[in-house]
Amino acid sequence: MKKPLDSAELNADDGSLLIANISRRAFLKDLALTGLVLAAGFPMLTRADETAVSPDPQKYGADAMPHGWVDNPLVFVAIATDGTVTIICHRSEMGQGIRTSLPMVVADEMEADWQRVHVKQAPGDEVLYGNQDTDGSRSMRHFFMPMRRVGAAARSMLEAAAAAHWQVPVQEVIAKQHQIFHPASGRVLDYGQLAAAAANLPVPDRETLHLKKQEDFRYIGKGQVGIYDGQDMVTGRAQYGIDTRLKDMFYAVIARPPVFGGKLLSYDANEALKVPGVVKVIELKSSPPPAEYNPLGGIAVIAGNTWAAIQGRNALKIEWEKGPHGSYDSLVYKAELEAAARKPGKVVRSEGDVDAALQSAVKRVEAEYYAPHLAQAPMEPPAATAQIVDGKCEIWACTQAPQVSRERVAKWLKLSEDDVTVHVTLLGGGFGRKSKPDYVIEAALLSQVMDGKPVKLTWTREDDLQHSYFHTVSVEHLEAGLDRQGNTVAWLHRTVAPTISSTFGPDSKHQMPMELSMGVINVPFAIANLRIENPEAEAHTRIGWFRSVSNIPHAFAIQSFVAELAAAAGCDPKDYLLDLIGPPRRIDPRTLGDTWNQGESPVLYPVDTGRLRRVIETVTDAANWGGKLSKGRGLGLAAHYSFVTYVAVVVEVAVSEDGKLSIPRIDVAVDCGPQVNPERIRSQIEGACIMGVSLATLGEISFREGAVLQDNFHAYQLTRMDDAPREIRVHLLPAAEYDTPLGGVGEPGLPPIAPALCNAIFAATGQRIRQLPIRDQLRKD
Amino acid sequence: MTTLTINDKPIKIDLPADTPLLWALRDFVGLTGTKFGCGIASCGACKVHLDGVPTLSCVTPISAAVGKKIVTIEAIGQDEIGKKVQDAWMSLGVPQCGYCQSGQIMAATALLKQTPKPTDADIDKAMSGNICRCGTYCRIRAAIKQAAGISEVTV
Ligand code: FES
Ligand code: FES
Repeated sequence: MKKPLDSAELNADDGSLLIANISRRAFLKDLALTGLVLAAGFPMLTRADETAVSPDPQKYGADAMPHGWVDNPLVFVAIATDGTVTIICHRSEMGQGIRTSLPMVVADEMEADWQRVHVKQAPGDEVLYGNQDTDGSRSMRHFFMPMRRVGAAARSMLEAAAAAHWQVPVQEVIAKQHQIFHPASGRVLDYGQLAAAAANLPVPDRETLHLKKQEDFRYIGKGQVGIYDGQDMVTGRAQYGIDTRLKDMFYAVIARPPVFGGKLLSYDANEALKVPGVVKVIELKSSPPPAEYNPLGGIAVIAGNTWAAIQGRNALKIEWEKGPHGSYDSLVYKAELEAAARKPGKVVRSEGDVDAALQSAVKRVEAEYYAPHLAQAPMEPPAATAQIVDGKCEIWACTQAPQVSRERVAKWLKLSEDDVTVHVTLLGGGFGRKSKPDYVIEAALLSQVMDGKPVKLTWTREDDLQHSYFHTVSVEHLEAGLDRQGNTVAWLHRTVAPTISSTFGPDSKHQMPMELSMGVINVPFAIANLRIENPEAEAHTRIGWFRSVSNIPHAFAIQSFVAELAAAAGCDPKDYLLDLIGPPRRIDPRTLGDTWNQGESPVLYPVDTGRLRRVIETVTDAANWGGKLSKGRGLGLAAHYSFVTYVAVVVEVAVSEDGKLSIPRIDVAVDCGPQVNPERIRSQIEGACIMGVSLATLGEISFREGAVLQDNFHAYQLTRMDDAPREIRVHLLPAAEYDTPLGGVGEPGLPPIAPALCNAIFAATGQRIRQLPIRDQLRKD
Repeated sequence: MTTLTINDKPIKIDLPADTPLLWALRDFVGLTGTKFGCGIASCGACKVHLDGVPTLSCVTPISAAVGKKIVTIEAIGQDEIGKKVQDAWMSLGVPQCGYCQSGQIMAATALLKQTPKPTDADIDKAMSGNICRCGTYCRIRAAIKQAAGISEVTV
């Protein structure tokens, strides 16, 4: 046997095992796999032609994302002599299980034994790894196929290495569970024994790869692989952004202008500097609009521990100037949105003659729905650590956007991007907040102030709730006309909400195509006369992404209104909804005025009303829709298509005599195409149900005199165990085959929860909720 | 200088006596498994055991922990019930982001030590101080029942 293939060489002291043992917590010291002596290697360049080029001039999916995708096995896989397979995860882990699911795809295709797989987190480097923006429910959707090819290519290289070693045709060898077999001679080699030889072989052409057949999958679609970081999470060893500890590190918090756009007038740091442990108080400049990802400025307190920094901040005396948004008041603003929603606005889709059809309708129904600002409030608030050594900045952060963080830090510190490294820790939740790297830039600036010494910046909960990039606030105005049979013959929807684009450019008062395509413009109802309008709304705070974004207010309004129409027509809400959707058909989203389509190809991803009908049928069957319920109980239905996934929900509520709401059960049916890791899909959907209940019953961020009123969890309440749905049953619809394009999972469970809940309350009590949160609207005392 | 008994080890802490135990553990001792979520006794992320009693370390000054046995998530697995709870968490795949789970496990372990066969009402009472933003409550309930050996576990 040739030397590198000698299994006797394996021993527990070699570097590869060291890696396996310690680097699960290696965020603090990037090991760069230096111990992996015979690793396949991590070349520092990928050929430009290895990122996708679509023949279609219009790019879709991962092709359309910055830096596209990469499927080079040398970038994503390393095999040590002991057989440990290290797989890179280049997307951020924030609870969706991506550090389990994506590497699991690679492992399956390469026939690696999951027990011998080690997952390593990629730093921000999109040229090397492809797009890393972990948002839009697209990690699996965009990287399932590239990761399959990574695994298949690695398997093919191992097969080729074994065949060459045995001097047999490659067709005669097979890969199985971390070994290559030659059945004709009964010979076997372990992956570790083949690592060095395989690493020297050329990467096979993409076109020559043999992907596994679905029936041969070992892990994909099975849901039997435990969460990779689970053991660390239940033992307190998991490292989040807030947990970073470096030698001689300082700890910082910042007092930011309470009103967005506000400025510092004066401050007195004398008392703060007397707090034991405080070492420095420093002013950070605020940035001119637009907000973009820029830090808000303010006064930073740097100390020897977090508590001292917080105490120091409490002792600051600061005078702020409120600036242009100093009179932002949520009650006043709601009235402004309502006024705008009652007047014609920019027409964004129009079919037939809505005005005439409304005129001639036998019955007219009109309703207005309000959904307030929300804060993402991930359990781990934003946090980042930075140090600058010899002109090179290193960052450790819980970020959904490592590459964007890297670019912005480079810009702010006037460094080249090559001199900025962003290590991605685990995220204690993200929900869109951690897509914006303002806090990462803050940490870098503070390290700069401290001559490059390591500084950890922590956002307290107050900071998180008062300075988030908030979910929009909206008024949705709907009007419909019914004919004699109760059919909807006219549909007018005016949606008014400040847009995310206001965060990135001045004077943006209309929702972007992306926001309108979240359920409003692409409403798949078969109605002859339909008009969608978008009157103007001005933003007075930083508007940003919140899990499922504008789908929340849109689904709340539309799915509530459908149930209102059913009631007006005297019909069962399920039947009425199915009638509105009409027969099964595949609609080109462009014909609905949806030019965005979640960034996906309109051909691969049409709006499939058959699939929408199917989730509705499935969930209503499962929930025993139409069955008898006791007094005070009710079922509510809602269905929503978002992130190219179809979801329908039935919520069961019980409302007591005095108006106390409880939720015994939620049924959810999900058609997200092929299910790569069904176990984590279920957990995401369960989580969406609870977050949906939370925002519907309690969630509200409101402003007075420009500042956020809620400052911690006593005021910004979240659903707890005792008020959570007691049972959640997730029904995953099987996909036809693995060639069906994948849908998103992280977000689409959320939008239908609030309307299903409010529809259930209506069924139980006759009371219609049109304003979120529900809070004590049901109380009878 | 304050000396605390943390996970069976005496540890000298050079911080003012009113420093919350949370920050002493995280920043001074380096036990970062105990989490910061709110700082105002509102979320449970910072829960530790003080002489077996579930305690919010974010509002407990180190002076109040002197002479008590402090147990954190890092050592709860050495306790028989704590280990059972962790195992149930793993077998039912409870964690999503995992950030709240230190506090959840500390709360659940304290519950099962006090009440080996808790009812749903017991679980609600013991666990409602702990927020999980990811929404893992149903699995937490199921895992507590599994750790307690209560049948009809469904997730
Ligand atoms: S951090 Fe102590 S209860 Fe929230
Ligand atoms: S698992 Fe993320 S907050 Fe509970």
